[in-house]
Amino acid sequence: MSDNNAVKKQASGDEAALLPPVDVIEDASGITLYADLPGVPKDKLHLQVEADTLTIEGEIDLEMPAGMEASHAEVNLPRYRRVFTLSKELDANKVGAEFSQGVLKLTIPKAEHAQPRKVEVKIL
Amino acid sequence: MMYRSLFPRDALAELDRLQREMQQTFRLSPSIRGIARGGFPAMNVGGTQQSVEIYAFAPGIDPATLDVQIEKGVLTVAGERKLTAPGEDATVHIDERFAGRFRRVVTLPDDIDPAAVDAKYRDGVLRISIARKQSAQPRRITIQ
Repeated sequence: MSDNNAVKKQASGDEAALLPPVDVIEDASGITLYADLPGVPKDKLHLQVEADTLTIEGEIDLEMPAGMEASHAEVNLPRYRRVFTLSKELDANKVGAEFSQGVLKLTIPKAEHAQPRKVEVKIL
Repeated sequence: MMYRSLFPRDALAELDRLQREMQQTFRLSPSIRGIARGGFPAMNVGGTQQSVEIYAFAPGIDPATLDVQIEKGVLTVAGERKLTAPGEDATVHIDERFAGRFRRVVTLPDDIDPAAVDAKYRDGVLRISIARKQSAQPRRITIQ
C-alpha cells in the first residue's frame, strides 16, 4: 500500500483538495487505515476501490450563518481527497468502513491465500 | 544636479496601500498570540454583524471532554485526543494524525457578549457561536 498523491491527479477532477492526515497500521489479518475528515457528513463521504486504487473523498459541509465573512481560515478548501495504491495481497472486495465524528476507519483484510502460515520444517 | 529618489513616490505609496490591505484582511490580528498554522485543532474564524463564529476541526473527540472557556476576551479550546494504540504485533506504516493534549487560544473582538455563547459538535467540528453585544450592532436611525 503506497501513497501516490503527487502522481495521481486524473482521478476525479482536478479541483484542489486538502490532504487528510492518516494512520496506517498493518497486522497479520490486514491493514487498518484511519483518516481525519472533520466537517464531512456521512452522505458526503465517497469511498472508491477501483482495481488496486483506493480513493477517499469528502466534501466539507458546515452550518454557516447568512452573510458570514471569514477572517481567518486554516481549512481553506471545501473538500478532502487522498488516493492510495493497494497491494496484491489485500482483498479489495472486503473493505470495511466506519465513519463517525469525522474519523474514517477502513479495514482491508489480506486475501485468504496471503494470510501468514507457519511453515513446518521437517527434520529427516 | 537634480535629486532623484531611488524609489519613485508612487511605488512607496503602493507599498503602504498593500500593507494596509493585508492588515485589514486579518481582522483579528495583529495579535500578540498570533494564530499558529498547522496546530490542532485547525481553526476557522468568521463573523456576521450579529455574531462571531469559530470552527475548530477536532475529529474523533468525545464532546464532553472538550474544555471551552472565555475569559477576558480570550477564547480557549482545550482537550485531549486519545487514539487506539496499535497491537503488539502490528506495524505502523503511516502516523500523521494528532494525538495527545491540545490547547488553542483565539483573541476575540471587543464587542462580543461572553454570556451569549453557543457551542455545538457535529461531524468532528466544534462550532462556537458568540453573539455581539446589542449596543454594538448597527442601527438605522429614522429621521423625523
